[in-house]
Amino acid sequence: MLKLNKRDTLLFVIVTAMVLLAPFLLNPFPQGSSMAQMFNAGYPDLMQRFVIFGILVIGFNILFGLTGYLSFGHAAFLGIGSYAAVWMFKLLSMNIIPALILSMIVAGIFSLVIGYVSLRRSGIYFSILTLAFAQMSYNLAYSVLGNPSSSYNLTNGETGLQLALNDPRILDGAAAANGALPVTKLFGLAMRDSYNLNVGGWLFTFNVGYYVAGILMLISFYISIRIFRSPFGMMLRAVKSNQQRMNYTGLNTKPYTLAAFVISGMYAGLAGGLLSSMDPLAGAERMHWTASGEIVIMAILGGVGTLIGPIVGAGFNEYFKNILSKINDGVLHQWLSFLPDGLENFIVGILHYFVGKGWHLTLGLLFMMVIIFLPGGLVEGGQRLAKMFKRKKTDDGSDSNNTPAE
Amino acid sequence: MGILEVKNVGKRFGGLQALGDVNLSVAENSVHAIIGPNGAGKSTLLNCLVGKLIPDTGSVMFDGQSVLGRKPFEINQMGISRVFQTPEIFGELSVLENMLIPCFAKRDGAFHLSAFKNMLDDKEIIDRAQHMLEEMKMADKHSMNAASLSRGDKRRLEIGMCLSQEPRLLLLDEPTAGMARADTNNTIDLLKQISDERDITIAIIEHDMHVVFSLAERITVLAQGTPLVEDTPDNIKGHPKVREAYLGETQDAA
Repeated sequence: MLKLNKRDTLLFVIVTAMVLLAPFLLNPFPQGSSMAQMFNAGYPDLMQRFVIFGILVIGFNILFGLTGYLSFGHAAFLGIGSYAAVWMFKLLSMNIIPALILSMIVAGIFSLVIGYVSLRRSGIYFSILTLAFAQMSYNLAYSVLGNPSSSYNLTNGETGLQLALNDPRILDGAAAANGALPVTKLFGLAMRDSYNLNVGGWLFTFNVGYYVAGILMLISFYISIRIFRSPFGMMLRAVKSNQQRMNYTGLNTKPYTLAAFVISGMYAGLAGGLLSSMDPLAGAERMHWTASGEIVIMAILGGVGTLIGPIVGAGFNEYFKNILSKINDGVLHQWLSFLPDGLENFIVGILHYFVGKGWHLTLGLLFMMVIIFLPGGLVEGGQRLAKMFKRKKTDDGSDSNNTPAE
Repeated sequence: MGILEVKNVGKRFGGLQALGDVNLSVAENSVHAIIGPNGAGKSTLLNCLVGKLIPDTGSVMFDGQSVLGRKPFEINQMGISRVFQTPEIFGELSVLENMLIPCFAKRDGAFHLSAFKNMLDDKEIIDRAQHMLEEMKMADKHSMNAASLSRGDKRRLEIGMCLSQEPRLLLLDEPTAGMARADTNNTIDLLKQISDERDITIAIIEHDMHVVFSLAERITVLAQGTPLVEDTPDNIKGHPKVREAYLGETQDAA
């Protein structure tokens, strides 16, 4: 099916099912229960983040996973894509299609230039160069090109680029006539529209923006599978494995790595454009180096160089970020109320630093544990589990549907 | 006129004159060995041939075209393949994939963006790679990780990868260095077979006299960056200058 082999088809079907059914899968607890408040993730904003960051990391994995070039500046392309999309909403139309196309083109051009220069070096020097470019972009966006009083205010600095009632919006200018800001849409479908389904105590939300982003993620994922299985993908893995042999086999490594860089930059641009499509506000903080670091963390968390890893990593990171930051002392007391008072206070006092505003600490510890015990990321954990079960059931030799090898 | 013509090549590293004034002519379809004691400039010379180093003086012509100033991948596309001292293969890739890469490089050139083709649908390339693996007697190992091959198999794979490109000149840099005797003999047989069966020129740099005298038709002796003599193996064996400069210093002479 779809020109994929059996295993990849299975993987793709599973991911498709999970994306389409996410509103059910992510809301396992009835609406209003305390568990739902904490662990349900099936609301539009978070689900959109799952798939958008999925796209971002899928693209990053094409560069980092296949060629081994660790870019530390991919957030720049995410930010550039966001700005490009908002400009499209301001100038042309609230339809997201031209916005997404422009985000990919602009991010592609930036990644072509940045990649061309950065790829002159490899290893840590490459990472430093991309980091430097990303920080330059961040500072340009934050101050130089964002001065509201100057005539070339491209990014609106600290406040962030946002829609205004007097924007030209050539194609659908009249839409704002009722005095409210127009909303982003795909032809007739507004991104923020949702359909709510009440079943028993459960509430499931089907959000237009989520499904648009989700389908784009599936397309991105499909393209990434095709790239992994193509001669081009093999060449990229060869770059990671032995550049010397490549050069002496008559292959020019530079255009291969540059192509991978631009493709992953365009993925990041698409993700940025989608972020703006869901909420038409683009800020410079999206380009900050910590954002670039988060992309690297998501990729490693999931499993570098695997097909499904980026999606798992992005989902894991966003999910835990979300629930950990929601837990506060009150919740902890409630959970631990079965303990004697003194002990309860003591434990809550310790856990206090790991939840709420301290969520970084927990996520950092989880990241360390994954690195130490599962160097291949969460996907490796899954593979180990699958192997354990397989050994018990049959002695079918084939293992894991996630390895890039054929 | 040989397929490879090296004229007045000199290379200096700071104060060290690595190559003085090297003239060398490798005849087409011959096996030509370059020997010499440590530091004689053998590897420097080889690196000048494949584009890794650019000589300070002189010219290197391959089949009537200068190779100087060209990048390694361009020189390879001209028809020169190189086998390294320690096998350079794609360790993380499967043996079959290792063989596919040079086949793609031969057919599609230095860069080809085919991101949406399925590699395994390319029958022409797959057949070619599998054929080559059979020739190298490695067909049964096609799905193994190349890094997990034995040293001798890695060497065979590397030679096979070079041959799959149908090069006109095969450069070997001490192909049996660090090998057990049995593996060395296998490699000698393989190289003999290659040179007998194919229209290919082989230039080999080697320390092991056993290898050199079993393979080479011509031998150039390099000492301190300049060629001492160039002759047939029989004449080299008895040559007084060679004994003095090279063979006399090692146990291999006996």
